[in-house]
Formats: sequence, structure tokens, C-alpha cells
Amino acid sequence: MTITVYIPADSAAIAQGADRVAAALTAEAGRRGVAIRLIRNGSRGMFWLEPLVEVVTAAGRIGFGPVAAGDVPALFDADFLNGGGHRLNLGVVDDLPWLCRQDRLTFARVGITDPLSPDDYLAHGGLAGLRAALGADIVQTVIDSGLRGRGGAAFPTGIKWRTTRDAAAAQKYVVCNADEGDSGTFADRLLMEGDPFLLLEGMAIAGLAVGASEGFIYIRSEYPRAFEVMNQAVTIATGLGWLGDDVLGAGRAFRVRVRKGAGSYVCGEETALLESLEGNRPVVRAKPPLPAISGLFGQPTIVNNVVTLATVPVILARGAECYREFGTGRSRGTLALQLAGNVRHGGLMEKAFGLTLAELIDDFGGGTASGRPLRAVQVGGPLGAYLPPSLLDTPLDYEAFAARGATLGHGGVVVFDGGVDMARQARFAMEFCAIESCGKCTPCRIGSTRGVEIIDRIVADKDAGRIALLRELCEVMQGASLCAMGGMTPIPVLSALEHFAEDFQS
Amino acid sequence: MMDIAAIVESLKAQPGALLPMLHAIQDQLGHVPAAAVPLIATALNRSEAEIHGAIGAYHHFRREPGGGTTLRICRGEACQARGADAVANHARDRLGCDFHQTTADGTITLEPVFCLGLCASGPAVLVDEAGLHAGVTPAGLDALIHAARGQT
Repeated sequence: MTITVYIPADSAAIAQGADRVAAALTAEAGRRGVAIRLIRNGSRGMFWLEPLVEVVTAAGRIGFGPVAAGDVPALFDADFLNGGGHRLNLGVVDDLPWLCRQDRLTFARVGITDPLSPDDYLAHGGLAGLRAALGADIVQTVIDSGLRGRGGAAFPTGIKWRTTRDAAAAQKYVVCNADEGDSGTFADRLLMEGDPFLLLEGMAIAGLAVGASEGFIYIRSEYPRAFEVMNQAVTIATGLGWLGDDVLGAGRAFRVRVRKGAGSYVCGEETALLESLEGNRPVVRAKPPLPAISGLFGQPTIVNNVVTLATVPVILARGAECYREFGTGRSRGTLALQLAGNVRHGGLMEKAFGLTLAELIDDFGGGTASGRPLRAVQVGGPLGAYLPPSLLDTPLDYEAFAARGATLGHGGVVVFDGGVDMARQARFAMEFCAIESCGKCTPCRIGSTRGVEIIDRIVADKDAGRIALLRELCEVMQGASLCAMGGMTPIPVLSALEHFAEDFQS
Repeated sequence: MMDIAAIVESLKAQPGALLPMLHAIQDQLGHVPAAAVPLIATALNRSEAEIHGAIGAYHHFRREPGGGTTLRICRGEACQARGADAVANHARDRLGCDFHQTTADGTITLEPVFCLGLCASGPAVLVDEAGLHAGVTPAGLDALIHAARGQT
């Protein structure tokens, strides 16, 4: 009997040797005359276990990981194809604490299915959202669900869609922002590589909702695999009539093009992204007008993050009420948390809003990778606050973070141990802004360079008197920058000053 | 030049054709030569200054040929937290060049990159356009350098 074996083709798994393991496994099976069916799935999001090999048995999918190519003969010797005992045997993957304690709504299929198999997609509930959307008041359903933009700004998605729907224009657009530039985040990448049809389904629903017939996915060039997978998915979905001139035979058109970015962090800002798509220098636009009214090529455009769009199908399939039941306060539904940096167990964790940072880092992450005490956590990417251990009781919801001068951003959580120099991290925040600023507004373009210089002087001259000047500069950048690049760069700087002042004095 | 003209011609009807053109040219030639700028500008009915301005805004595009292999070392915070600075310093020492530079023998160009989305398993390195490596140590980087130079 042919046994089915899964080995992820996710970038994180490949970067840790999954292709070599797949080749070794195929070769060894051939040598032993054993018939296997090898499927390259997405990643389950447990990166410390990658490459994670799964074998389908009567008891469920048994996992082995992390597997190196050299382990393969021993795995066969241990009869791993029948779930045999081996030091890498993890048991039934679905029962692993990391997975069974999650609320996987958006990422329900990621790591389980063959990402580019339409049959697998349908067998696991694919297209249920799009079919439900055809007869529904989509915009009202999304408003009722409480979904807010998962890219970082947390704007209510349904309200944005209503604005575009109500704007009169012959041509409207749906733009998917897949320019996931924040260090410590990979949810968009994991989803595009692991369940690409889901994103296309979400975009098609968005197109129906607002009356747009054209969609663009803007993927950063640093994600070569996601770009490749999404392109293939568009071709397959168009061939099947899931996209195209007559979506599911409903008489509505929705076409998708995939575009590749070129290494520019500021293109994650929606108006710079639109400029880039139009073929201009990617410089931020002043708002208003909102892109929802005047966006791509001057037409009404919704710009949403990958995770936001990929969450819409489950809302349509299961209903707004079902989605709203997850979460807390004004943060409804689930958040795709990305645990990264110096953490023992890093990866993707989808959970209802409300978990605390400490629960995430200790219960899921298992503490630091180095084993040294945790010193700082940066939440929300390069523009997010550095939090000390005393603030790890902060619940992961938008309002609780805002109340502490922090931001959830796109859900990236980067852990640092005692080896971190916070003055250096503050300097890096300013330096990164100087490198990536689009240059349109002075506080960001010049302020970031001055920020680097001031921090250098504080450190080199032990001149704490300049800290007041640094704070003043931060105030100008926060108050007078055109977009979040300059406006939020002060957040990591000020949080480092606030919670780790000793690093600026020694 | 024929290549560039053909690429420009084949893509100019796309909405927002500039970025696809620049990618296609660099994928083909390894860089975007100055000679491409007037061809693109004419095809898109834009000024050469606008095309120059756009090219210069992206870290990915280079105007001069690079080394045979491009090593991109992630400089993001999550990789920093896992020892990426040591890998970056080792790379500079070993290659005898800084970021944005090419080794004296012309084999390797060293570039920074801000996040490859491998943030739980860094330090991360990208070799050319698609060679992803996680958990890269200084010794692991040496192996990548050897491989790039065709040594074992």
C-alpha cells in the first residue's frame, strides 16, 4: 500500500533543508522498494521542528522533526512509515500542544493541504466563503464581524469596503498588500506559500463586495517562493473559473495579477505601494484623498493585508457572529502571532485576541533560545515598542497595547535576551528609517539621520544631556511625518529610553 | 540592447509596466544598464529623470553588474536577536569587502536585506534570487562562500 508522506515546501522548511530531506526520502524509498506518495505541504508554523516530516497512519498524521537528510535511513529502519518509534517521533501532529491550543480560523488549512491542489482545497472547505458571498450583503457581514486590518493599522475592514463600494466609478481595484517588510513577521508569507487559493478567494469576495473587477497582489522580492506559488495559484484558479471573466459562473468578473516589489520597506505603506504599482517612484501620498476613494490609477481601491483578505472567507462561510465570538473588547476574532528572534519555539500561532505576551512567550515559546533571561520584546516590527519583562502581562489586543504606548502592528513578536544593547537597537530604528525613508517629508528624511547622530553622541560622549534633544526630535517626527515610517520610528526609540535608560548611560 | 528593447516592447502595454520591465531586465542582464533608461522612458512616455528616480528608490535594482553570486544577509531585528551581527562581521572579514560591494575576485557581491521572513530560525541568508538558508553560523557562511566560488 502506498503511504502518504508530507514534507513542507515552505521557505522556512526549505531554508532548513526540506528539499534535501525530500530527495533523500525519495531515493531511500526507491532503494528499499517502498511505495510512497510525497506531498509538499505548507508549514504548520512550528519552525523549530522544520523540516517536519509527516506520515499518514490510521492513528492520524505522525510527525518526525526536525529531520536532516542523514536521518532518513534510520527513519526507514525504525519503520517510520508506520509511525515507528524513533527519537524524532513527535506523535500525532494535531495533538501537539503548540497546535491544539490555537484557534486556527484563517490558517486552518496551512500545513495540512497540498497548497496548489484545487481538489485538496475543496475537500477542506475551500470556496465555501465565496459561494456564501454570492447571495450575501458582504460589506455588512464584514462590518458585523468586527474584522480590523491585520497589516498593522487595524482600521475596520468593512468600513473601508463600504467607502469603496459607495464610490461611483467605472473601474475599481482590490490591492493585496503582501509587502510584509516587518522583521519578525512571516504570516503573509506562510499563508501565500501554504494556502494561496484562500487569499484569491478572499480577494474575489472583496471584488464582489465593492464592485471591483481587477485585483493586484504586491509581493516583496524577498519572498521568491511566495511569488512563485501565488503566480501558479492564479493560473490554476483562473483555469478553473474561480477567477476570471465569470467567477463561479455567477456573471461577475474578477481578474488577479501578481506583481513583485523590489526591496523597499516603505512600499508596505499603502499609498507608496500604489505609486510603486503604477510605475512611479514609491513615494508616500498625502491623505486625503483616501485610497478607498482615489487609489490605484486614481480609482476607488481597497488596499488590504494578506491576512485580512484571507480571513474574509471564513467570516462569510461561518457567519459574522461566529467570528465575533473570538477575541476581546474591540479586538474581535483571531490574531496571527509570529513568535521570532531569540525564542526556543518560534513560529506562527493563531489565537483569539486577549492572550498575554507572557503566556505567548513562556507557554508557547518556551522562553529564550539561548536559555539566558529575557530582557526585551519588540512587538509590531521595526516601528514597534521594546517592552521590558515587567510589561509582559500586557494582553495582546489593540487597545491594551495602545494604552502602553505600543502597537500590535502585524503581530510580530521578537524576543531578545540579556545580550541586547538597547541604545544600539534605538540607533538601528533611526538608521533603518534613514535607509528606508521615501524622502518626501523632512521629519522622516532628515530627522532619522539626525537621530542616528544624536544617539551616537549620547553613547560616545556619555552625554545624557542630549537625551532631551532626542526626545524633542522624536516628538517632531511623531507629530509632523506624513506616514507611519517617520511617525512611528520614535516608538522603539522612546520605549528603549523609557524602559532601558541604563543602556544610554554606561 | 536588443534584449532590452524586446523586453520593453513586450511589457509596455501592462498597467504600471515599469516595475515588471525593470525586473525582467535585471533578471536577464544581472543589472539595469544606463542604456535601458531612455528606452523605458520613451516606451512609457515618461522623462528619463522619472525612470532614474524610480530605479534609485529600490534596493533590489543595481545599475552596475554585480559579482557572480549575490549574498544577502538579513539585518532585521529578529535575526539580530539570533546572532546575525556576528555573521555580518564575519562576512565582511572573509570577503574583504563591505555591504554593497563586490569581492576583489569579482565572484561575490555582499548585500544587506531587511527580512526574509525566516524570523524564528535566523540568522537568514539569501543566495542569489532563491537560495534560502536559515540558522547560518559563521562556519555555515564559509560553506556558502566556498560553494559560490565553486570550491568544496
